[in-house]
Amino acid sequence: MLKITGYADRVSVAPGGTIRFMVSCDDLPEYRAELRRIVCGDENPDGPGYRDEHIPCAAEGTYPGRRQEIHAGSYGIVPANRALAALETFTIAMMAWPTTPARSVQGLLSIRCAATGTRLALQLDGDDGLVLDLRTNDTAFRTCTGTALQRRQWTLVGVALDRAAGTVRLVQKPLHAGAGVEAIEVGESLPIGDGPMFDEGTVLFGAVHAASGLPERHYNGKIDSPRIVTGTLNAAEMRVAIESPAALGSRVAAAWDFALGIDSDHIRDRSPNRLDGHLVNLPARAVTGYRWTGEAHDWRHRPDHYGAVHFHDDDLYDAGWETDFALTVPDALPSGVYAMRCHAGEHEAFITFCVRPPRGRTTARAAFLMPTASYMAYGNNRLALDCSATEIGMGRLIELTDMHLFLQEHPEYGLSLYETHGDGSGVMYSSRLRPLVDFAPKVRNVLGGTGSGLWQFNADTHILAWLEHVDEPFDVITDEDLHAEGLALIRDYGVIVTGTHPEYYSTAMLDALQAYTDRGGRLMYLGGNGFYWRIAWHADRPGAIELRRAEDGIRPWACEPGEYHHAFTGELGGLWRRQERSPNRLVGVGMTSQGFDISSPFHRTRASHDPRAAFIFEGVDDEIVGDFGLSGGAAAGLEIDRADVELGTPPHALVLASSRCHTDVYLQTPEDMLDPTPDMSGTQSELIRADMVFFETANGGGVFSTSSIAWAGSLSHAGYDNNVARISTNVLRRFVDPAPLRARGQQAPSGG
Amino acid sequence: MTRYRISDDDLRFVEEFRRTPVGYHSPGLQRVLNVLRGGPEAGKYVLVCTKPYREWVLGQLPGERGRPVRLLRDHVFTDRREAEWAVFRLRWQEATGRALDP
Repeated sequence: MLKITGYADRVSVAPGGTIRFMVSCDDLPEYRAELRRIVCGDENPDGPGYRDEHIPCAAEGTYPGRRQEIHAGSYGIVPANRALAALETFTIAMMAWPTTPARSVQGLLSIRCAATGTRLALQLDGDDGLVLDLRTNDTAFRTCTGTALQRRQWTLVGVALDRAAGTVRLVQKPLHAGAGVEAIEVGESLPIGDGPMFDEGTVLFGAVHAASGLPERHYNGKIDSPRIVTGTLNAAEMRVAIESPAALGSRVAAAWDFALGIDSDHIRDRSPNRLDGHLVNLPARAVTGYRWTGEAHDWRHRPDHYGAVHFHDDDLYDAGWETDFALTVPDALPSGVYAMRCHAGEHEAFITFCVRPPRGRTTARAAFLMPTASYMAYGNNRLALDCSATEIGMGRLIELTDMHLFLQEHPEYGLSLYETHGDGSGVMYSSRLRPLVDFAPKVRNVLGGTGSGLWQFNADTHILAWLEHVDEPFDVITDEDLHAEGLALIRDYGVIVTGTHPEYYSTAMLDALQAYTDRGGRLMYLGGNGFYWRIAWHADRPGAIELRRAEDGIRPWACEPGEYHHAFTGELGGLWRRQERSPNRLVGVGMTSQGFDISSPFHRTRASHDPRAAFIFEGVDDEIVGDFGLSGGAAAGLEIDRADVELGTPPHALVLASSRCHTDVYLQTPEDMLDPTPDMSGTQSELIRADMVFFETANGGGVFSTSSIAWAGSLSHAGYDNNVARISTNVLRRFVDPAPLRARGQQAPSGG
Repeated sequence: MTRYRISDDDLRFVEEFRRTPVGYHSPGLQRVLNVLRGGPEAGKYVLVCTKPYREWVLGQLPGERGRPVRLLRDHVFTDRREAEWAVFRLRWQEATGRALDP
């Protein structure tokens, strides 16, 4: 079981910059921290061997161990405000769409006044249904409707308090047909004295104030159009207050409109009191509200149809830990992949990050583009733990490591984009401001195939180790750098080398790479299933990405109807293939199948003997390529891509080699499976193959794609003396050479 | 139950599995494996690694976040093929009520 976990405040840092590290220790009085440059994270005794390098630095030292907690669960908060001080006789109402109504206490709205000690909470509590829970310094009052709300049904919920009469009325009325409870009246028992209930009140949405004032008892589900109105309203009047608060004139104390600022974490009150606030831990926005009719599918067209926020008790953005230590990166530290290794006895944790070259400069002809968005998408994934079908897709028993045992017992460390929340809804956000325990060397994961069993970051260290072995100097940059700086970041590199599985791409990231190859840049795509899903980065919240699993694609969950557009940007989410930006256009190939048991070799085609490809196969006489490897035992596998001119592969692209006849755990993708027939599996479908592709781009550039996640696992075979390494190195050497690549008939740019 | 149920007719695939637990399988064996390797999350057999690339113990998933994985420490494996065969036999017996010869 892991006893040390940690994260950094950034994933990429330039020389002179400072990176802060947050660490939690479980029952360890102290730990050592030291900087390591990561070369190869594979501990497989049949592999090239684990290798990192100790780099002395000022942050190296012994630090006190302490446990730092993670408080998952999203909520909205409105800071203490005097506007609620006048509340005497009033009504709270909203629309609610609960997703776990059978569970015990979940806060919808909570008002607390530290000065008077009063806390009023409107909440759900299983079979008790809607509950008013009112506490003062010396009394407690609770009443309920006694009927559970219906799951995933919009329901008007409200409470009206009349202090003078000492009565409370609860309203719980489904928007559409269904069992409702209206006007439960509780008389003469309201235990509130004469003094003001609230001197100033803090409001929470989706949680209840604990005695400490912090949020607890998180709600699962949506809330739309919460209101506070003076006077006691019946159900019909509550509906009016929700629908058109202006009709109630000056009686409106608060009228929150969650349709304002959907692309931010701000929440706005349309009443003159301006009880504005913000959301914490990234609850879902751009989700359908109770007004949604099915007519609008883009929240920007009808924001009023998207006036809901979906809260989850397992949402997490920023763990918010205290800093243990910081490192100011020395100017002389070369760009590369580094990790702060924190260790005590047998326990260790690697907090991995990139040292990029100094801003505005490159320090090598080659750059490794670290797919950190994809690391985040998979970060802390529970595919081995939550998904029974994983074993069928792996074609062998699931293997758990200490990391999995830890994740299983610590759901508060947050979910990946492959999970569903506890209420069954898909996880649309991931953040790196929390420990991502699989973003580290030595980690194994279930999707890596037979052999080493590596995935994402650790699989990418096979590429790092190869670059090191062939002694090609390279910079390291990240997805986050690419998104922020675009073409300017990469323009001057001779070649960009990808990771094994750069699946998740924002518009700005894809634009930058496309512009790079269009302008003569060279791209080595040493992976599979790249450039597949569109993602969005939050404009104001660093290290957060959003994904809408829209329409089709291989999906562990599917977006709800009407929710295909990102909240962060408004852009239509889903596959790039659906948006005239198929991966085939950039890299000549696109996702075609996946299977996580054994891989297959490539068989060369006649096109591999084309003179245009001669530099690629120099010194390679074999017709079969990659019938060995640490990722499934061969070079083509795990997730694989195919060339397809219909989908955008440039017509002049050379398909140099293809794999054949994968096992029957490989299936066609849903987007290729229009009318399912029982011949859509690995041994039977022509579409299921990895196509190794090369093509020249305009202005002397070029693209080489291996179309296989497993490729990198074959690089180190026989001490790097093999045809996979030879081909990769041939391409690398030619791509760093500035001499233009030209297809037959391609002209040199005029004037150039 | 609308799903395929394993019967004595499937005994002919047992030796094929024993020879090749991971990789290419006949359609009949693949169907048997889809049944045995699927099923509910709770109680699912998994391998828990105790020495990287060298030793595993059998475990069972709890099927609920936050609860620990159950470790069956008297089932220790030093070869993943042996583990595949052992779990195949356990599942076969649970599915059919009939034990396979070791």
